[in-house]
Amino acid sequence: MAISGVENPVTAVLLNFRGYDTLLEIGVLLLAALGVFSAVPSPVILSKSTPSPILILLLRLLLPFIVLAGGYILWIGKYAPGGAFQAGAILAAGGILLSTAAVPFNRFATKTMSIAMGIGLLTFIVVALATMMVRGNFLQYPVAQAGTLILVIEAAATISIAIILTILFIGGNPEESPTAKDEGDKAFIIERDNTTK
Amino acid sequence: MTISLLYALVGVVLLGIGLYSLIIYSHLVKKILALNVAGSGVFLFLVATANQTSGPVPDPVPHAMVLTGIVVAVSATALALALACRIHQVTGTARLTENEPE
Repeated sequence: MAISGVENPVTAVLLNFRGYDTLLEIGVLLLAALGVFSAVPSPVILSKSTPSPILILLLRLLLPFIVLAGGYILWIGKYAPGGAFQAGAILAAGGILLSTAAVPFNRFATKTMSIAMGIGLLTFIVVALATMMVRGNFLQYPVAQAGTLILVIEAAATISIAIILTILFIGGNPEESPTAKDEGDKAFIIERDNTTK
Repeated sequence: MTISLLYALVGVVLLGIGLYSLIIYSHLVKKILALNVAGSGVFLFLVATANQTSGPVPDPVPHAMVLTGIVVAVSATALALALACRIHQVTGTARLTENEPE
Protein backbone atom coordinates (compact mmCIF):
# COMPACT_ATOMS: atom_id res chain seq x y z
CA MET A 1 0.00 0.00 0.00
CA ALA A 2 2.92 2.34 0.73
CA ILE A 3 4.14 2.38 -2.88
CA SER A 4 0.70 3.16 -4.33
CA GLY A 5 0.58 6.77 -3.11
CA VAL A 6 -2.94 6.43 -1.70
CA GLU A 7 -4.29 4.87 1.47
CA ASN A 8 -7.58 3.54 0.18
CA PRO A 9 -6.95 0.04 -1.23
CA VAL A 10 -9.75 0.28 -3.82
CA THR A 11 -8.36 3.53 -5.21
CA ALA A 12 -4.89 1.99 -5.23
CA VAL A 13 -6.13 -0.96 -7.28
CA LEU A 14 -8.19 1.21 -9.64
CA LEU A 15 -5.62 3.87 -10.44
CA ASN A 16 -2.28 2.31 -9.72
CA PHE A 17 -2.07 -1.46 -9.81
CA ARG A 18 -4.77 -1.94 -12.41
CA GLY A 19 -4.60 1.43 -14.11
CA TYR A 20 -5.24 -0.12 -17.51
CA ASP A 21 -8.76 -1.13 -16.49
CA THR A 22 -9.64 2.39 -15.50
CA LEU A 23 -8.02 3.95 -18.56
CA LEU A 24 -10.01 1.68 -20.85
CA GLU A 25 -13.13 2.20 -18.76
CA ILE A 26 -13.04 5.94 -19.38
CA GLY A 27 -12.54 5.09 -23.03
CA VAL A 28 -15.67 2.92 -22.93
CA LEU A 29 -17.64 5.80 -21.41
CA LEU A 30 -16.49 8.15 -24.15
CA LEU A 31 -17.31 5.56 -26.84
CA ALA A 32 -20.78 5.05 -25.38
CA ALA A 33 -21.41 8.80 -25.45
CA LEU A 34 -20.24 8.98 -29.07
CA GLY A 35 -22.41 5.95 -29.87
CA VAL A 36 -25.45 7.65 -28.36
CA PHE A 37 -24.70 10.74 -30.45
CA SER A 38 -24.65 8.76 -33.66
CA ALA A 39 -27.53 6.43 -32.82
CA VAL A 40 -30.05 9.18 -32.12
CA PRO A 41 -29.68 11.91 -34.72
CA SER A 42 -31.36 14.90 -33.13
CA PRO A 43 -33.15 13.96 -29.95
CA VAL A 44 -32.91 17.26 -28.19
CA ILE A 45 -34.88 20.30 -29.20
CA LEU A 46 -35.43 23.65 -27.64
CA SER A 47 -38.05 23.53 -24.98
CA LYS A 48 -40.59 26.29 -25.35
CA SER A 49 -41.82 25.92 -21.82
CA THR A 50 -40.23 28.06 -19.15
CA PRO A 51 -38.81 26.16 -16.19
CA SER A 52 -40.79 26.17 -12.98
CA PRO A 53 -39.55 28.85 -10.56
CA ILE A 54 -39.74 26.42 -7.66
CA LEU A 55 -37.41 24.02 -9.46
CA ILE A 56 -35.00 26.86 -10.21
CA LEU A 57 -34.98 27.92 -6.57
CA LEU A 58 -34.37 24.35 -5.44
CA LEU A 59 -31.52 24.05 -7.91
CA ARG A 60 -29.96 27.29 -6.70
CA LEU A 61 -29.96 25.85 -3.19
CA LEU A 62 -28.86 22.34 -4.12
CA LEU A 63 -26.21 22.85 -6.79
CA PRO A 64 -23.49 24.39 -4.60
CA PHE A 65 -23.85 21.48 -2.20
CA ILE A 66 -23.75 18.98 -5.05
CA VAL A 67 -20.51 20.50 -6.32
CA LEU A 68 -19.12 20.59 -2.78
CA ALA A 69 -20.07 16.95 -2.18
CA GLY A 70 -18.51 15.96 -5.51
CA GLY A 71 -15.25 17.68 -4.65
CA TYR A 72 -15.21 16.14 -1.19
CA ILE A 73 -15.83 12.62 -2.50
CA LEU A 74 -13.05 13.11 -5.06
CA TRP A 75 -10.60 14.25 -2.40
CA ILE A 76 -11.51 11.64 0.20
CA GLY A 77 -10.91 8.87 -2.38
CA LYS A 78 -7.28 8.94 -1.33
CA TYR A 79 -8.05 7.81 2.21
CA ALA A 80 -11.50 6.22 2.23
CA PRO A 81 -14.18 4.93 -0.17
CA GLY A 82 -14.68 7.60 -2.79
CA GLY A 83 -12.95 8.76 -5.94
CA ALA A 84 -13.46 9.89 -9.48
CA PHE A 85 -16.42 7.70 -10.41
CA GLN A 86 -18.43 8.41 -7.30
CA ALA A 87 -17.70 12.14 -7.52
CA GLY A 88 -18.54 12.12 -11.22
CA ALA A 89 -21.85 10.41 -10.51
CA ILE A 90 -22.75 13.04 -7.91
CA LEU A 91 -21.90 15.89 -10.27
CA ALA A 92 -23.84 14.13 -13.04
CA ALA A 93 -26.86 14.11 -10.73
CA GLY A 94 -26.52 17.89 -10.62
CA GLY A 95 -26.27 18.03 -14.41
CA ILE A 96 -29.36 15.85 -14.80
CA LEU A 97 -31.25 18.12 -12.38
CA LEU A 98 -30.23 21.10 -14.49
CA SER A 99 -31.44 19.48 -17.68
CA THR A 100 -34.73 18.32 -16.20
CA ALA A 101 -35.33 21.81 -14.85
CA ALA A 102 -35.00 23.03 -18.45
CA VAL A 103 -32.21 25.41 -17.56
CA PRO A 104 -30.83 26.71 -20.84
CA PHE A 105 -27.26 25.81 -21.74
CA ASN A 106 -25.67 28.42 -23.95
CA ARG A 107 -23.43 27.75 -26.93
CA PHE A 108 -20.32 28.31 -24.87
CA ALA A 109 -21.46 25.64 -22.42
CA THR A 110 -22.09 23.08 -25.15
CA LYS A 111 -18.63 23.75 -26.65
CA THR A 112 -17.02 23.44 -23.23
CA MET A 113 -18.93 20.23 -22.62
CA SER A 114 -17.53 18.55 -25.69
CA ILE A 115 -14.00 19.49 -24.63
CA ALA A 116 -14.64 18.38 -21.06
CA MET A 117 -15.83 14.99 -22.30
CA GLY A 118 -12.41 14.14 -23.62
CA ILE A 119 -10.24 15.73 -20.96
CA GLY A 120 -10.33 12.76 -18.58
CA LEU A 121 -9.08 10.24 -21.12
CA LEU A 122 -6.58 12.74 -22.50
CA THR A 123 -5.08 13.51 -19.08
CA PHE A 124 -4.90 9.82 -18.26
CA ILE A 125 -3.07 9.02 -21.50
CA VAL A 126 -0.70 11.99 -21.13
CA VAL A 127 0.20 10.95 -17.58
CA ALA A 128 0.58 7.33 -18.66
CA LEU A 129 2.93 8.27 -21.50
CA ALA A 130 4.88 10.65 -19.25
CA THR A 131 5.39 7.88 -16.68
CA MET A 132 6.50 5.60 -19.50
CA MET A 133 9.21 8.15 -20.41
CA VAL A 134 10.40 8.40 -16.83
CA ARG A 135 10.01 4.87 -15.50
CA GLY A 136 10.03 2.83 -18.68
CA ASN A 137 6.68 1.20 -18.05
CA PHE A 138 3.22 2.36 -19.06
CA LEU A 139 1.36 3.70 -16.01
CA GLN A 140 4.12 2.93 -13.53
CA TYR A 141 4.14 6.03 -11.36
CA PRO A 142 7.21 7.31 -9.53
CA VAL A 143 6.54 6.39 -5.92
CA ALA A 144 7.03 9.91 -4.55
CA GLN A 145 4.62 11.56 -6.99
CA ALA A 146 2.08 8.73 -7.23
CA GLY A 147 -0.48 10.37 -4.96
CA THR A 148 -0.38 13.68 -6.84
CA LEU A 149 -0.57 12.03 -10.25
CA ILE A 150 -3.53 9.93 -9.16
CA LEU A 151 -5.32 13.03 -7.90
CA VAL A 152 -4.66 14.87 -11.19
CA ILE A 153 -6.02 11.94 -13.21
CA GLU A 154 -9.02 11.60 -10.93
CA ALA A 155 -9.86 15.31 -11.06
CA ALA A 156 -9.85 15.32 -14.87
CA ALA A 157 -11.73 12.02 -14.98
CA THR A 158 -14.38 13.36 -12.60
CA ILE A 159 -15.18 16.23 -14.96
CA SER A 160 -15.38 13.91 -17.96
CA ILE A 161 -17.47 11.32 -16.16
CA ALA A 162 -19.93 13.93 -14.90
CA ILE A 163 -20.41 15.43 -18.36
CA ILE A 164 -20.61 12.06 -20.13
CA LEU A 165 -23.14 10.64 -17.67
CA THR A 166 -25.29 13.76 -18.02
CA ILE A 167 -25.16 13.50 -21.80
CA LEU A 168 -25.97 9.79 -21.67
CA PHE A 169 -29.03 10.69 -19.61
CA ILE A 170 -30.12 13.47 -21.94
CA GLY A 171 -29.58 11.03 -24.78
CA GLY A 172 -27.92 13.10 -27.46
CA ASN A 173 -25.57 15.77 -28.56
CA PRO A 174 -26.76 19.23 -27.57
CA GLU A 175 -24.97 20.71 -30.57
CA GLU A 176 -26.69 18.38 -33.01
CA SER A 177 -30.04 19.92 -32.25
CA PRO A 178 -31.18 22.00 -35.24
CA THR A 179 -33.42 24.20 -33.14
CA ALA A 180 -30.66 25.05 -30.74
CA LYS A 181 -28.57 26.21 -33.68
CA ASP A 182 -31.39 28.40 -34.98
CA GLU A 183 -32.00 29.93 -31.62
CA GLY A 184 -28.40 31.00 -31.26
CA ASP A 185 -27.24 30.73 -27.71
CA LYS A 186 -30.64 29.86 -26.32
CA ALA A 187 -30.63 26.23 -25.46
CA PHE A 188 -31.18 22.57 -25.80
CA ILE A 189 -33.36 20.56 -23.56
CA ILE A 190 -34.73 17.10 -23.16
CA GLU A 191 -37.96 17.24 -25.05
CA ARG A 192 -37.90 14.36 -27.49
CA ASP A 193 -38.40 15.18 -31.15
CA ASN A 194 -41.29 12.97 -32.15
CA THR A 195 -42.36 14.89 -35.22
CA THR A 196 -39.58 13.77 -37.55
CA LYS A 197 -40.19 10.18 -38.55
CA MET B 1 -23.96 -20.84 5.90
CA THR B 2 -21.96 -17.64 6.01
CA ILE B 3 -23.42 -14.31 4.98
CA SER B 4 -21.10 -13.99 1.99
CA LEU B 5 -22.23 -17.40 0.73
CA LEU B 6 -25.82 -16.15 0.95
CA TYR B 7 -24.89 -13.05 -1.05
CA ALA B 8 -23.12 -15.18 -3.64
CA LEU B 9 -26.15 -17.48 -3.99
CA VAL B 10 -28.49 -14.50 -4.37
CA GLY B 11 -26.13 -13.18 -7.03
CA VAL B 12 -26.33 -16.47 -8.92
CA VAL B 13 -30.14 -16.46 -8.67
CA LEU B 14 -30.27 -12.88 -9.99
CA LEU B 15 -28.02 -13.85 -12.88
CA GLY B 16 -30.36 -16.74 -13.65
CA ILE B 17 -33.47 -14.54 -13.55
CA GLY B 18 -31.77 -11.97 -15.76
CA LEU B 19 -30.63 -14.48 -18.37
CA TYR B 20 -34.06 -16.18 -18.40
CA SER B 21 -35.84 -12.87 -18.96
CA LEU B 22 -33.31 -11.87 -21.59
CA ILE B 23 -34.28 -14.91 -23.64
CA ILE B 24 -38.02 -14.96 -22.92
CA TYR B 25 -39.08 -11.37 -23.61
CA SER B 26 -39.02 -9.84 -27.05
CA HIS B 27 -39.44 -6.22 -25.96
CA LEU B 28 -36.11 -4.45 -26.19
CA VAL B 29 -36.51 -2.43 -22.98
CA LYS B 30 -37.31 -5.63 -21.08
CA LYS B 31 -34.20 -7.21 -22.55
CA ILE B 32 -32.09 -4.26 -21.43
CA LEU B 33 -33.60 -4.44 -17.94
CA ALA B 34 -32.94 -8.19 -17.85
CA LEU B 35 -29.33 -7.62 -18.80
CA ASN B 36 -29.02 -5.13 -15.94
CA VAL B 37 -30.51 -7.59 -13.46
CA ALA B 38 -28.06 -10.25 -14.65
CA GLY B 39 -25.21 -7.76 -14.32
CA SER B 40 -26.25 -6.89 -10.77
CA GLY B 41 -26.15 -10.61 -9.97
CA VAL B 42 -22.56 -10.81 -11.20
CA PHE B 43 -21.59 -7.72 -9.17
CA LEU B 44 -23.17 -9.17 -6.03
CA PHE B 45 -21.31 -12.43 -6.58
CA LEU B 46 -17.99 -10.62 -7.05
CA VAL B 47 -18.47 -8.51 -3.93
CA ALA B 48 -19.33 -11.68 -1.99
CA THR B 49 -16.10 -13.33 -3.13
CA ALA B 50 -14.12 -10.29 -1.90
CA ASN B 51 -15.03 -11.31 1.66
CA GLN B 52 -13.17 -14.63 1.42
CA THR B 53 -9.89 -13.23 2.77
CA SER B 54 -8.61 -14.29 6.17
CA GLY B 55 -8.10 -10.78 7.58
CA PRO B 56 -10.71 -8.21 8.51
CA VAL B 57 -10.08 -6.15 5.35
CA PRO B 58 -11.85 -7.49 2.26
CA ASP B 59 -9.93 -8.01 -0.97
CA PRO B 60 -9.96 -4.69 -2.87
CA VAL B 61 -9.51 -6.18 -6.36
CA PRO B 62 -13.12 -7.46 -6.78
CA HIS B 63 -14.37 -4.14 -5.40
CA ALA B 64 -12.40 -2.25 -8.02
CA MET B 65 -13.63 -4.63 -10.72
CA VAL B 66 -17.25 -4.13 -9.65
CA LEU B 67 -16.76 -0.36 -9.64
CA THR B 68 -15.42 -0.57 -13.19
CA GLY B 69 -18.21 -2.94 -14.14
CA ILE B 70 -20.94 -0.63 -12.85
CA VAL B 71 -19.65 2.26 -14.94
CA VAL B 72 -19.36 0.10 -18.04
CA ALA B 73 -22.86 -1.32 -17.41
CA VAL B 74 -24.30 2.20 -17.12
CA SER B 75 -22.72 3.35 -20.37
CA ALA B 76 -23.68 0.16 -22.19
CA THR B 77 -27.27 0.53 -20.95
CA ALA B 78 -27.42 4.12 -22.17
CA LEU B 79 -26.10 3.09 -25.57
CA ALA B 80 -28.55 0.18 -25.73
CA LEU B 81 -31.46 2.46 -24.86
CA ALA B 82 -30.39 4.96 -27.52
CA LEU B 83 -30.25 2.13 -30.06
CA ALA B 84 -33.68 0.93 -28.92
CA CYS B 85 -35.01 4.48 -29.45
CA ARG B 86 -33.53 4.47 -32.92
CA ILE B 87 -35.07 1.07 -33.72
CA HIS B 88 -38.41 2.40 -32.52
CA GLN B 89 -38.02 5.46 -34.75
CA VAL B 90 -37.15 3.41 -37.81
CA THR B 91 -39.41 0.39 -37.47
CA GLY B 92 -42.22 1.81 -35.33
CA THR B 93 -41.90 -0.96 -32.77
CA ALA B 94 -39.52 -1.69 -29.95
CA ARG B 95 -39.97 -5.44 -30.21
CA LEU B 96 -37.92 -8.01 -31.99
CA THR B 97 -40.37 -9.63 -34.40
CA GLU B 98 -40.27 -13.16 -35.79
CA ASN B 99 -40.81 -12.10 -39.39
CA GLU B 100 -38.04 -10.14 -40.98
CA PRO B 101 -39.35 -7.25 -43.09
CA GLU B 102 -38.85 -7.99 -46.78
